[in-house]
Amino acid sequence: MCSLEKRGRVYILTLSGEGDHRFNPSTIDNIAAALKEVQDSPDAGALVTTNEGRYFSNGLDIQWISQNPDAHLSTIRIKFENLLASFMRLGVPTIAAIRGHAAAGGFILALAHDYRFMKGDRSVLYMSELDHGMKLPRSLMAVVRSKLLPAASRDVVLGAGKFSAQTALEGRIVDSVYADSAQTLEAAISEAQKLASRGWKKSIYSELRLGVFPGVVEELDAHRDPYLFPASAKL
Amino acid sequence: MCSLQKRDGVFILTLSGEGEHRFNPPLIDFILSALAHVNQNAHLASALITTNDGKFFSNGLDLQWLSEFSSSRENRSQILVFKFGQLLTALMELKLPSIAAVCGHASAGGFFLALAHDYRFMRKDRGFLYMSEVDVGIVIPPSGMSIVRSKVDSRYLTEIVLGGRKYTAPMAFKAGLVDSVHDNSAKTLEAAIDAAVKMGQKNWNKEVYLQLRLSLFSEPMEKLRLGTKEGSPLLSRL
Repeated sequence: MCSLEKRGRVYILTLSGEGDHRFNPSTIDNIAAALKEVQDSPDAGALVTTNEGRYFSNGLDIQWISQNPDAHLSTIRIKFENLLASFMRLGVPTIAAIRGHAAAGGFILALAHDYRFMKGDRSVLYMSELDHGMKLPRSLMAVVRSKLLPAASRDVVLGAGKFSAQTALEGRIVDSVYADSAQTLEAAISEAQKLASRGWKKSIYSELRLGVFPGVVEELDAHRDPYLFPASAKL
Repeated sequence: MCSLQKRDGVFILTLSGEGEHRFNPPLIDFILSALAHVNQNAHLASALITTNDGKFFSNGLDLQWLSEFSSSRENRSQILVFKFGQLLTALMELKLPSIAAVCGHASAGGFFLALAHDYRFMRKDRGFLYMSEVDVGIVIPPSGMSIVRSKVDSRYLTEIVLGGRKYTAPMAFKAGLVDSVHDNSAKTLEAAIDAAVKMGQKNWNKEVYLQLRLSLFSEPMEKLRLGTKEGSPLLSRL
């Protein structure tokens, strides 16, 4: 699940436990509730999203989906798109403190944050869809395109590249890299505190973010293109 | 004109001969049928590499062709722009990953041809990438602008498009316009074949690859399709 902690004006959302933090309706609802708490909090100034264990997140819960593929796929893509839209609409700056592997939906969640700080070792960013024979709906592609440079988006999506922190930094997929888990989180919280101290108005920050990345929430809200599991998908 | 061969499970399209490989309807039609052949046989190959003989990858549209029969110049420019749009569309809709092995100058339409490929490898000792339109006095249609914006780091857009800056291979590599640079033509092509073979080993589903490409570049695809459907804006001054 996830836990929410407040330190001064900074909220810290932790994808907790040792697993790979996959997204199913109940984990998504958990995260969404935490976001709502941040949004409603009058003195919230910034959000840091991080993880325990070896994984930031490996994306959608394939096991849960395969229990009832058609129905579950349909449910989860709407919930996941809504979650991403909530992050994009949040009235405070967001930093993903990536302290483990982030693949597929987990990578996309990190991209939906304003900033990405990453642990230097034993963390890989990987858009696995091409290797698994899966397409990306245009909603999720919109998030990817909005946050990556052209060469990086090509390498991420069409190359299915596995990015260490250093190569992610070089490709400007992440903003900064730190020696270990503790330093990554510390740096994220410190930056979050700086951002919070600017005293920005929530409605303004949210509007500005939507303006910088036009079309993204519109695509997320539209829920077009099913998140397909073609028969030939290797999962 | 151009030739298509297959080597090590890789299709190689060569803009052949010593000239500037400028695009006119006959050459474009040649290339389009080569690309159609590649698509029909996509299951037998891992990638397409486009390369060139001689000193030029391509210097773009054949402006001379426009003035061959001056009475129908307006008509001819519409046709040429339309057909070039068809060429870029066909490349973006290719059922295989694509690499441009740029072994000579690539200007204007030639630069666009290179950009329409997934990857660009370039020869380091000769040739530059050059968006010459501003110098020649030609407008770039919305579809072209969209391709540039989707493939080029925005830091360099002004100097490339508005500044007509010439990028040597090392400069192009630094700006992320090309993915790697090599000592000479042979090594550039070899590296491209190597990369193509490696991609083939990943056993990607080609339909998925194409859908991902079309989705990643949905904005230029939309503009390209508009251009080839409704007819393209005229080349100014010509």
